[in-house]
Amino acid sequence: MTSSSNPKSELGFGTQSVHAGEARQKPNDAITDSICCASTYTFESTQSILDYLKENHDREEYGRYGNPNEKVVERKLAVLEGAEDAIVYSSGMAAIVGLLMCKLSAGDEIIFFDQCYHRSREFCVKHLSRFGVVTHQVKTGDMGAMESAINSKTKMLVSESPTNPHLTVIDLESFVAIGKRHGIETLIDSTLATPYNLKPIEWGVDYVWHSATKYMGGHNDLLAGVICGSTQKLEPVRRLRGILGSINSPHNMYLLERGLKTFALRMERHNHNGQRIAEFLESHPRVQRVYYPGLESHPSHAFAKKTMKGFSGLITFLVKDADWKQTAAIIDKCKIPRIGPSLGGVESLIEQPMVMSYFDYPSEQREQFGIYDNMIRMAVGIEDTDDLIEDLRQALEMP
Amino acid sequence: MKFRTRAIHIGSEPDATGAVVPPIYLSTTFVQPGPGDWGAFDYSRSGNPTRARVEKTIADLEGAAGSLAFSSGMAATHCAMGLLESGSHVVAGCDMYGGTYRLLHKICNRNNISVTLVHADDAAAIAQAIRPETKMVWVESIGNPLMSVPDLEQISQITNKAGVLLAVDSTFVPPCILKPLDLGADIVMHSATKYFGGHSDCLAGALSAKTPELHRQLYFIQNATGGVIGGLEAFLLHRGIKTMELRVREQSKSALAIAQWLESHRSVARVLYPGLASHPHHQRAVRLMGDQFGGMVTFDVRGDIETAKRLCKATELFGLAVSCGAVESLIEQPATMSHASYDPAARAQAGICDTLVRISVGLEDPEDLIADLDRALAIAGGA
Repeated sequence: MTSSSNPKSELGFGTQSVHAGEARQKPNDAITDSICCASTYTFESTQSILDYLKENHDREEYGRYGNPNEKVVERKLAVLEGAEDAIVYSSGMAAIVGLLMCKLSAGDEIIFFDQCYHRSREFCVKHLSRFGVVTHQVKTGDMGAMESAINSKTKMLVSESPTNPHLTVIDLESFVAIGKRHGIETLIDSTLATPYNLKPIEWGVDYVWHSATKYMGGHNDLLAGVICGSTQKLEPVRRLRGILGSINSPHNMYLLERGLKTFALRMERHNHNGQRIAEFLESHPRVQRVYYPGLESHPSHAFAKKTMKGFSGLITFLVKDADWKQTAAIIDKCKIPRIGPSLGGVESLIEQPMVMSYFDYPSEQREQFGIYDNMIRMAVGIEDTDDLIEDLRQALEMP
Repeated sequence: MKFRTRAIHIGSEPDATGAVVPPIYLSTTFVQPGPGDWGAFDYSRSGNPTRARVEKTIADLEGAAGSLAFSSGMAATHCAMGLLESGSHVVAGCDMYGGTYRLLHKICNRNNISVTLVHADDAAAIAQAIRPETKMVWVESIGNPLMSVPDLEQISQITNKAGVLLAVDSTFVPPCILKPLDLGADIVMHSATKYFGGHSDCLAGALSAKTPELHRQLYFIQNATGGVIGGLEAFLLHRGIKTMELRVREQSKSALAIAQWLESHRSVARVLYPGLASHPHHQRAVRLMGDQFGGMVTFDVRGDIETAKRLCKATELFGLAVSCGAVESLIEQPATMSHASYDPAARAQAGICDTLVRISVGLEDPEDLIADLDRALAIAGGA
């Protein structure tokens, strides 16, 4: 007997993180979900296959279409995001590819704000274009420019909020209003905010996308992506995933479910550390500028305060009068954050976007994307706040 | 570096791949440089890279000379008892996990090892019970299930003077709250299944030794008897430790709020929680533990054994299960569950009565948990 419990939305976020989406009573009375590794699922008889096909029973068939571990995580994520449904993929990029391949056809157009993850841009500009899909990019947050770029072929408006690495927060009210005015669907990459801080669905956004590798998994030990939205809009997306095969594995799904148990706690700590460290950096004489939505100095602080509960752990800053090597020297002096891409895990990570993600780009183009040689991005983990500040202080000392 | 930073970074140093999370080694055996020429690892019972990392983290967090990870808390306890020999005598606190009681009275006794049970919160009683053949004093830093708080500082002075080992089962009090070795204990044992793992999904035990010599002796027994943790569990344990400080801080906060709420409930006769001013050793607990007392709370419901049973069955968020310390809140009745392995007479003598209910407070919103208990207490219909 598995009575499914979907805790009601009035339960606290911490309670939902632990319990939502899971059966209250699990097979063998286990307190945690078992890991079901089966690649295929068997039927009792030919008649039971016929019943399954005819009545569309909710059961497993073949591992590429779904597995019990993935379904638990999808239910949990849907509850946390305040969405009807969620589809999990093998990575964040697999999720966006899965959605766009489903929703766009040759001749369609898509509009992006220009501050975005460089691989999302690359996929649209280099690959969707081969299938006749046109991508427009407009200045981040410029609603007028976005609206002007719309024509009869426009099918989707896309933005991150906050953006990576500039942490620009989008005025979701205006963004959604443009979409509704023109009957165009909207998509928000909410990876940096997470539903702990922001629920774009509540603002009327159609699709919410996460790299669940980041704050959701939270331990830098699994890759996953998710698209949240209405059951009706996601139904064809789910069918396409079954064909493209970018489903996640049962083992990973178990780790993601486990990571989500401490989601609320971790986010509270990321928010706390992020704010304190951003304030420290802003007051430091060697720091030219800090990009963090929780700072009053950030251009989109007002939108951030309006839409977000906290501002997560990603901080970008510029070092005063430093070339790329002097900037790199600061990173190399850090003892606690490890040097590497990604974010959202318990361990702090630090990197120089110019080196890590844009090294192959000509410098004019980097400048155009707002990627400067003296830019450092720090993904603040959940370590002790004072330890992290002390470490940055020593790393920023003049050589 | 402070506790939370160390929990995340010590033991997770980069290897050649640069992986931010070290690889999981499931290998049972390791290829050697030559016959009789041993590499760092030879056979996974004797040592395994994944286990070695989590042992390093635990040793650092406990302030130990070395730590050892086991397949369960009982495997760790059994290893510690391996330090005893025929004729040895143990003084143990009577407010004690049922499994430890069973090991001492039904397994260790076969090797002619005798046990005297005393109230561990009475240091004088421990001193009195020590005999020439006493080799070890075993106490829980918060007793299970009656939440007694022994004065570890005073007890360690007694054991030091008597030349007796002080071993502390600190399962209810993880090292982010209390480090028994700093207070003079020789060995600390954790059922790491609880707060260390923290997610109800890996069985694990840990022994931490104050001195390298004691660590060496315990390692010899571990390797000889083989109750080691596997590679996958060592990974899950290590992953859990990274959020332990955060979890325990939150659990302590919620448990205190729930204990205070229970104390004011008319269906509750008595609440046992060291963080309550009403606890007989509240001041001692504050001195030893500061402002956090963990997530375990026990209380007596008004009524009889059936009232307690109805209560345990009526909660919706608290799962009815033994174990504790994890993200999910649990509820159980010690007399019929965690302490059923006691002899009934000994159980009654220890004060574990039938109306006693034990809860393990998890990470849910405390308001949700209080609402759940309120509903369940109404259904149980205490006298």
